Amino acid sequence: MNLPIEAYLVVSTLLFFIGVFGFIARKNLIGILMSVELILNAVNINFVVFNRFLYPNELEGMIYSLFVIVVAAAESAVAIAIIINVYRKLKNISVESIESLRN
Amino acid sequence: MDYSQFLSMSHEISLVSLLIILLLADLVMGKKKSGFQACAIGLFAIHTVLGFTCFGESAGNAFADMYQSSDLHVLIKNILNIGTCIVLLMSYAWNEKENKEYVGEFYFLTLSTLLGMYFMISSGDFLFFYIGLELASIPMAALVAFDKKSKESAEAAAKYILTAAFSSGVMLFGISLIYGTCGSLYFDEVAYKFASATPLMVLAFVCFIAGLGFKISLVPFHFWTADTYQGAPTSITAYLSVISKGAAVFTCMAILFKAFPSSTEVWQTVLWIIIVLTIVVGNLFAMRQENIKRFFAYSSVSQAGYIMLGVIAGNEVGVSTTIFYILIYMFTNLAAFGVISIIERQAGKLNISDYNGLYSTNPKLAVMMMLALFSLGGIPPFAGMFSKFFIFVGLFKSGMIGLLFIALINTVVSLYYYLLIVKAMFIKENEKPIAKIESDKTTICAVVICTIAVIAIGFISPIYHYIESVSSALN
Repeated sequence: MNLPIEAYLVVSTLLFFIGVFGFIARKNLIGILMSVELILNAVNINFVVFNRFLYPNELEGMIYSLFVIVVAAAESAVAIAIIINVYRKLKNISVESIESLRN
Repeated sequence: MDYSQFLSMSHEISLVSLLIILLLADLVMGKKKSGFQACAIGLFAIHTVLGFTCFGESAGNAFADMYQSSDLHVLIKNILNIGTCIVLLMSYAWNEKENKEYVGEFYFLTLSTLLGMYFMISSGDFLFFYIGLELASIPMAALVAFDKKSKESAEAAAKYILTAAFSSGVMLFGISLIYGTCGSLYFDEVAYKFASATPLMVLAFVCFIAGLGFKISLVPFHFWTADTYQGAPTSITAYLSVISKGAAVFTCMAILFKAFPSSTEVWQTVLWIIIVLTIVVGNLFAMRQENIKRFFAYSSVSQAGYIMLGVIAGNEVGVSTTIFYILIYMFTNLAAFGVISIIERQAGKLNISDYNGLYSTNPKLAVMMMLALFSLGGIPPFAGMFSKFFIFVGLFKSGMIGLLFIALINTVVSLYYYLLIVKAMFIKENEKPIAKIESDKTTICAVVICTIAVIAIGFISPIYHYIESVSSALN
């Protein structure tokens, strides 16, 4: 089965916008983090697909997506540590609970 | 493999070895940590001085042009080194008092963000740039959360890391589209293929700007700024507001000039809108703040708009004035944050109304704060006036009179709120002003260095001439 490049790009673009929507609409900090991961996965699909279909003789896109995965892991580790810290302070990780910084 | 190419990375190598030494020292010293800080600051000072010996030596690219270096890159790294040195001096007393046990982590995290900024500055390729950006922003989130006892610190860090992750995701989407259209990630090859601005490329570019706009806190991406600046420990706020911002501005300029030189109209239009929004929104919000750290957050948003004026000018004058502005803004803001951190640590007060009558009890601190505020507002003869004037000249030369006019009007507006604080310190009465403060030696030393720089740099013309002579490297 040979899908055209457009099919992959539609998936990745949908994934990207689902992530953006989730980032804005989610009320839970973990949910927001998951939405960000969706965005990063959309990016990975983009890189791999462009590499495979348009520039099959190189590896730049593949390598870039590997780096994105690694950095995303580091990022979510730090983010989850911070969210745990927030939970210990507030016993809650909903967005509404973190609003003490306000004028 | 040609090992001699590592020679052009002398800044990075020196900093990495410093990091390894600090990590081992932290491991060996156990929980006492007496003398760790003095040793770390001393080593970093040596690193800073060594950095100045690199001029003229380390020009050249490495790793198939992924890493680029010239006298201009060396200069901006040295500027960041000086700023970091001052921040470390400022945080000495805070570390001794509050987190003696975790002081090793503090230095390791701070210096790794600096390493990330070096990578970001010297990048010649989108992959290297991305790694540098993340290395600069992930440890920064840990630093913002460094005050483990404080609820605000954790909250600020949560906001920072989530916004950072989101904006870097959007930026990566832009980079993936750039890769799809150009087939390469090297700046010079992208520049070669990005010649005609198709709608897809414009979309890619706008997504890309989001990531850097977050680091510089330009307006549509500035929402984290006030909360994070307020919640973070004050020395970290100072670090975020000058060092991280300065590095991001330089990187933004380098990438715009190197990777998108043929689509100048596109990015000038995008930046025009962003800059006007940044300056105006920063000014409007700064006026109604009551917390002094929040106030400086919005002031730094508006200052970021002024720094970007040099970038949008797009000529050689623009490059040198931007770097000059970063240098002066660094000293000025660090002086202000030094005074704030002294007052916060000794008196525990952060509201602008608490500053009423500061002059009657702490005249020296009040005067140093006043000088910093005058310089931020651009009152002659302080350094801030020179940097603003130069940046306006660069803008005028590129013919953007409308933007220049808006920026000039906003300078007057910004003068209003900077002088509000001066008025609070010198004129307003207060029944219970902040008691006389015995400031610790290291912080006051850092503040005095900054104040001297604020007064003197504008008059020492060789500094600007030197910046001008090296700034042709980007064009």
